[in-house]
Amino acid sequence: MDWFYSFPNMNDDTLRNLKKTMDEGFKAFTRQYGDIIESFFQPLQYFLIQAERFMTTTPWPVMIVLIGGIAWIASRNWKIVGGTILTLLLIGYFDMWSDAMKTIAMIFVGTVVSIVVGIPIGIVMARSDGFQRMVNPILDVMQTMPSFVYLIPVVMLLGIGKVPGLIAVVIYAIPPMIRLTNLGIRLVDKDVLEAADAFGSSSWQRLRNVQIPLALPTIMAGINQTIMMALAMVVIASMIGVQGLGQPVLRSVNGQFFSLGLFNGLAIVGIAIIFDRVSQAYGKRLQKHQEVVHG
Amino acid sequence: MADRSVQGAGIKIKNLYKIFGQRPQAYVEAVKKGMSKTELNEDHGHVLGLRDINIDMPAGCIQVVMGLSGSGKSTLIRHINRLIDPTAGEVIIDGADVCKMNQNDLRQFRRHKTAMVFQKFALLPHRTVLDNTVYGLEIQGLSREKQEEQARRWIGRVGLKGFEDHYPNQLSGGMQQRVGLARALTNDAPILLMDEAFSALDPLIRMDMQSVLLDLQKEIKKTVVFITHDLDEALRLGDRIAILRDGEVVQQGTGQDIVLKPADEYISSFVKEVNRGRVIMVDTIATQSGAPSATGGVTVKTGTILEEAAKTMTDANQQYATVIDDNGKPTGVISMNNLIQAMVTPISHLTSKAAAE
Repeated sequence: MDWFYSFPNMNDDTLRNLKKTMDEGFKAFTRQYGDIIESFFQPLQYFLIQAERFMTTTPWPVMIVLIGGIAWIASRNWKIVGGTILTLLLIGYFDMWSDAMKTIAMIFVGTVVSIVVGIPIGIVMARSDGFQRMVNPILDVMQTMPSFVYLIPVVMLLGIGKVPGLIAVVIYAIPPMIRLTNLGIRLVDKDVLEAADAFGSSSWQRLRNVQIPLALPTIMAGINQTIMMALAMVVIASMIGVQGLGQPVLRSVNGQFFSLGLFNGLAIVGIAIIFDRVSQAYGKRLQKHQEVVHG
Repeated sequence: MADRSVQGAGIKIKNLYKIFGQRPQAYVEAVKKGMSKTELNEDHGHVLGLRDINIDMPAGCIQVVMGLSGSGKSTLIRHINRLIDPTAGEVIIDGADVCKMNQNDLRQFRRHKTAMVFQKFALLPHRTVLDNTVYGLEIQGLSREKQEEQARRWIGRVGLKGFEDHYPNQLSGGMQQRVGLARALTNDAPILLMDEAFSALDPLIRMDMQSVLLDLQKEIKKTVVFITHDLDEALRLGDRIAILRDGEVVQQGTGQDIVLKPADEYISSFVKEVNRGRVIMVDTIATQSGAPSATGGVTVKTGTILEEAAKTMTDANQQYATVIDDNGKPTGVISMNNLIQAMVTPISHLTSKAAAE
């Protein structure tokens, strides 16, 4: 009755060998293809470095005017612009300016990559049920797998640095982009689609004139979620060498520096709120036509 | 072309069948041999949409297809521009069978030959009235100036001048459907498909839109296919009417034919509610004999409806009137007695109604 109380697990030796084979296999793969994969991500690294250099070398008053200007163009709301500028001033005053800029650069690049990769995948998913069935479980894994687990192979392949950090951020942040693009397009009013067909739209015209514009509120919600999740990933990404606000947080965890952790944590929250409010206000402004209702 | 003013193209629907389900082709033969709708549904899990539809729609006329919900009328109109693929049969327009076109030809056909107006308007909510109206031309790839020129003209014609920059949400239902109509007309296609276009509007607005359509039709002379569940609307608009029930045509003809000679109980149950005085024309009750000497000079033209004839006669305080044709030649005589008899609902209809209650 021994098997009843203790699970009849795999033989210890077999299990050890299995793990060893897998590890060695992956190591061999890394040695073989590591360089190729690294060169594949070269443009991404270039983009990231340029963004970071721009954010950190531009004088701070110019940066504040620039970010305030973007907030105004997107939201047309003085309250949001005021809040944005105040938050940035506080971050600077507490000596977190350069870390904050590095983090914003990372989030910016991560979000752009997520949008560029995520929207087309979402569109294909909306058009093909088969593709949806295939992608959905992958997205589930990406969202539930602890991020440390996929950090291991990424670091083995690409070493420690910005690009592996960016990949970790994108893996974590892209699922809502894909899911909400798919959902938004699937929810487009069938009657309007039928009208587009009846007038002889090609499938590209249908996508561009009807599906994307009508799915835009949902897609905007996806972008908003992606930004928030990318920010949440900042601290974890700092473990593999991503610079920014995550580094001091990590240091304060190791050294039990309460105030250092708190300040940097609040700076992340502040940036998150700026991104959230501005992107939401922009999304709402795109939907102006839905607010004015015939009464 | 004998009549240059007719822009429309005739539509011939031949032996059209539609079966909904997983394997429609497998049951077409059985349905052709007479399998009933119930049998097909209960024993084989397929739904019979249309059975052996044959309608010949002449160019430049308004063809109404009438039926209650579930009769297959919306399915039928979607076969004309093949938004729904038929299971068997042909839809011939300009000598080409729509059902056999490839994707590319079909797209060209939809762009240039047909335009459609929808029950729920189906406007693009993120576009202004003007941008909605140009949609068909935009798809065709015309220059923006040409698009706007056409669109503005039709927006004006449907009475929406000044609303070009409004969004659909800012407009009432009636105005939204005017946009739908303008969008379809701007396409300048010979065939106009209207799927319960006015059913979602309240009665007064609906009458209004019917008048707009009839006025426009005098000028554009397109082949209009109009779907409705409302017999009054069918009689007001239709040059020809086809009545659908359970996916089959039960009667087709002019409004006169249908009101005066309903093919079966089903149709007479509709017809009995109709205001006959506004449908029946004097021609149908005029007699050659009678008392021409007593008409007192009152004349009514052929094609006048009974109600108008009655008004003319009472205004002149006469019991008889002479019916004359377009050249002023007398063709018959009507009496007030006949007139009233024709206007009141026949006994057979009343009794069938009483029996039903």
